[in-house]
Amino acid sequence: MADLPSKQKPITADTFLRGLWEENPVFVMLLGLCPALAVTNSAINAIGMGGATTFVLLGSSALVSLLRKLIPKQVRIASYIVIIATFVTIVDYAIHALSLELYNALGAFIQLIVVNCVILGRAESFASKHRLTKSLVNALGVGVGFTFALLCLGSVREILGSGTLFGFPLFGDSYQPWVVMILPPGGFFVTGAWLLLFSWLKERRQRKVAKEEEAVHAPG
Amino acid sequence: MHPGDLSFVFLNAFIINNFVLAYFLGLCPFLGVSGKLDTAWNMGLATTFVMFVSSLCAYGLNLLLVEYHLEFLRLISYIAVIASAVQLVEMAVKKLSPALFRALGIFLPLITTNCAILGLALFQTFKEYSFLQSLVYSIGAGAGFTLALMLMAGLRTRMDLADVPAISRGAALSFMLAGLLSLTFMGFAGLGTH
Repeated sequence: MADLPSKQKPITADTFLRGLWEENPVFVMLLGLCPALAVTNSAINAIGMGGATTFVLLGSSALVSLLRKLIPKQVRIASYIVIIATFVTIVDYAIHALSLELYNALGAFIQLIVVNCVILGRAESFASKHRLTKSLVNALGVGVGFTFALLCLGSVREILGSGTLFGFPLFGDSYQPWVVMILPPGGFFVTGAWLLLFSWLKERRQRKVAKEEEAVHAPG
Repeated sequence: MHPGDLSFVFLNAFIINNFVLAYFLGLCPFLGVSGKLDTAWNMGLATTFVMFVSSLCAYGLNLLLVEYHLEFLRLISYIAVIASAVQLVEMAVKKLSPALFRALGIFLPLITTNCAILGLALFQTFKEYSFLQSLVYSIGAGAGFTLALMLMAGLRTRMDLADVPAISRGAALSFMLAGLLSLTFMGFAGLGTH
């Protein structure tokens, strides 16, 4: 697309940061919720899942971006899915070989990365329209954002549900673990609480902006 | 009940280990299409049908893959089968009921990326279910998905009228509701062993 220079904006910090914060896949876009809730009963699992997803995201974005002129429009979704499934198979076998413990903890959810809408969404809306480096930077931002969100959920659930963080006990023996937090309902509650926090922060910022504008426009 | 009994397989997928509320599978449509009761019901039916078809195909495919020692292709072939099944349902719905087609909107093609369906195909392979067990498992999972979707739709219709703080409207409230539903379903946990 060299003849369309206006379409390819240069890579800025925004390309990376957008996926991390402003368009955080889990907390803002509400995508990829299934793995985000299912495996975040401990911080370690959260990081493992985040890392695996980031790898698939980087690999599939790179390949989709390289092949974007070769893939016919009509069969693009099917082609993306096959590309993603290939990388997921790689990750699945890699984790199986590297850490059996993590493999057992994540279970079928490693293979279910295929149907994580975050990855297909990136392929469809970004990698298929941008050059390799830019797609990679963007994918890395989204991957880090996803891992960050998973870690937010995983650490809170582990601290409340087992009284530990990364396996290290935080409280004394007298701490009664809040077991419901590592069970499925806890996943929903913690996600809901984080969403509440974020919408509260957003509302507060909006109110602040409105107040400042009022002060500027106030007569005198 | 014996874990292999057909009635247990059904109940296990339907209530005890509900795909949405215990396994967190299929959350996107669960939160996206649960606004109205009748849309939720139709979405549930469409998903159940896709589950049934893909479970059938996955069983056959798995036999082939094991026969030729191609297990590493399992994921790719399953997802291809599911994508074709969804295409089939999409064409059928478009032909039979255009109104429903519009109501389901983007969520119809998105059944492909509904993790509940791929999850079902993978779980039945891991659990080494027989042909009949797989079919019953898929119907149970579909019924469970529909049940969760309908319950959520009913609750959300009520919640629209509730007086809650502005910041908790929308997603945050839906998650709290889902948490309570999930807590309720935990009460069934004693029925099964796993």
